[in-house]
Amino acid sequence: MGRYVARRLLLTIPVLLGASFLIFAMVYALPGDPIRALGGDRPLSPAVIAELRERFHLNDPLYVQYWEYLKGLFQGDLGTDFRGRPVLDTIERTLPVTVKLALAAVLFEIVIGLVAGVLAGIRRNSYFDNVVLVSTTLIVSIPILVLAFFTQLLFGLKLGWFPIAGTNEGFYSYVLPGLVLASGSLAYVARLTRTSLAENLRADYVRTARAKGLPNRTVVVRHTLRNSLIPVVTFIGADIGALLGGAIVTETVFNLPGIGREVFNSIRSQEGAVVVGIVTLMVFFFIFFNLVVDVLYAVLDPRIRYD
Amino acid sequence: MTDQQQLDLRKDAVEAGTTTGLASPSVDVTKERQNSLWSDAWGDLRRNPLFWIGAVLGLFFLLMALVPQLFARGADPRACDLADSKARPSAQHWFGFDQQGCDYLANVVYGARNSLIIGVTAVLVILLLGVLVGAVAGYYGGVTDGILARIADIFYALPLILGALVLLRVGPSTGIPIINSRGPGAVAIALALFGWMTAMRLVRSQVIAVKSSDYVAAARAMGASSRRILVRHILPNAVAPVLVYATITIGVIIAAEATLTYLGVGLQRPAISWGLQIEAGQDSIRTAPHLVLFPSLILTLTVMAFVMMGDALRDALDPRQRA
Repeated sequence: MGRYVARRLLLTIPVLLGASFLIFAMVYALPGDPIRALGGDRPLSPAVIAELRERFHLNDPLYVQYWEYLKGLFQGDLGTDFRGRPVLDTIERTLPVTVKLALAAVLFEIVIGLVAGVLAGIRRNSYFDNVVLVSTTLIVSIPILVLAFFTQLLFGLKLGWFPIAGTNEGFYSYVLPGLVLASGSLAYVARLTRTSLAENLRADYVRTARAKGLPNRTVVVRHTLRNSLIPVVTFIGADIGALLGGAIVTETVFNLPGIGREVFNSIRSQEGAVVVGIVTLMVFFFIFFNLVVDVLYAVLDPRIRYD
Repeated sequence: MTDQQQLDLRKDAVEAGTTTGLASPSVDVTKERQNSLWSDAWGDLRRNPLFWIGAVLGLFFLLMALVPQLFARGADPRACDLADSKARPSAQHWFGFDQQGCDYLANVVYGARNSLIIGVTAVLVILLLGVLVGAVAGYYGGVTDGILARIADIFYALPLILGALVLLRVGPSTGIPIINSRGPGAVAIALALFGWMTAMRLVRSQVIAVKSSDYVAAARAMGASSRRILVRHILPNAVAPVLVYATITIGVIIAAEATLTYLGVGLQRPAISWGLQIEAGQDSIRTAPHLVLFPSLILTLTVMAFVMMGDALRDALDPRQRA
């Protein structure tokens, strides 16, 4: 197990470096001259421009710039934006919002997705099962963008139950965006749980348990559900990493000041250092949670051995 | 083994000189077993209402993309009168009018073409990249596979929308053709470039699974070249999962295109696109909700058509899923 984790950690390094370099290379080809834009209406003097270009390594070739960036990264320095604010501060300011949003989304996945999946899986081909099947197809088909507007219109404007923008009302601010962000995964969790449970209910050990005369409840909850939830738990775990990087649209539409909206605004205003910093962080989360899940898989399912 | 593969094997043997091909068995065993995967799947599909709903919707929007005039009820999307600005839907104008006073039904209908062009083009590029890279990685294995798989990992770790967002923002200032055009081509390429990895993994795993099978060993023993084995014997096995994936992905790409256009980096005015309509309509969501509602509805139905067809295909083609 230890060797497996070590090997996976080593494999993580080229992926992390490759992804951040890919973004770095694209970002530093961003159109326009950010230094000139910094001056606004008053043009900066050539000396100041030259000094700023030197300070941000804008005159060096791409690989030198990236090397300088990496050197900073290993010292915990993600660079500064063009106004001189450290990128790390920006991340510290915006990350908590995205983490709360992702947690709200995971909560919905578990509460709604899992329960719907379990109920559908127990009573396969029942009325409720069909409702779950059809509604998950519908939910998967609705683009996040459309879902966001629809929930804003219905629950925010028409019914007035939840705020539709900003983070001023604590947990309530995260209900609608969390639900919207979770929608796709929620439907997947429901389907995964349903399939997994229905499959396990046909297993030999379930027949044995029933033959022993155990009540249905015990068979389902104690014997089947625990086994069936292994793929679901691992999916939700890996999804946390994906949610942290997938919040761009949700945060923009709901005007939540998290890393998703920040990275979108930075792409628009050509803040290269912020884009690279946040995207690297997102990639790190994604890889990290996938690794955790793979290890967790071996812990939860004793049939899996990594050595 | 399908009939085609049986024939191919025989052809390999003839080419390699191990047999003349004349002494083929007089009774063709493959004729006896007529229920191939595909005829089984078609039997399944025919009885699946989800498939029919998806297929009818899909054909409907395909027709809309090809001949929008049929659906616009005689209105021209570019003929506008400001006096009609944001007018509500009526019996003559089912979807009302937009901010500029253009007939909204005509505008929404004409938006289908860009969405479908981008969806289909991007998926074709994804298939091309995915099959090519996946087949090479799976077949040759070793270092080649290691490097290609790592490259796929790198792209996989970047969210689709994020990667395409950055590329499209940068695109116009680069000298790369198509990417710098701000047109449907640029959006399709950007989405394909950050979306090919799943197709590659599907093909790769299928190739690895089939590579060591007996009939591939037989083909090789008869002297078939690597390329011939890949193209004629191994890749046909990957068609089923890739077809399912491609169908659903058309829907996913159409949704992604609308999102990118909404965020301002996709199609630009004066192009007609659902993303642009939603973006323009959101400012008057309180006073004229129909401006967001109709393009959203049509966009959702289009995505749904492909998701439903893909879902039905998967149920039909994957025997393990059958109850």
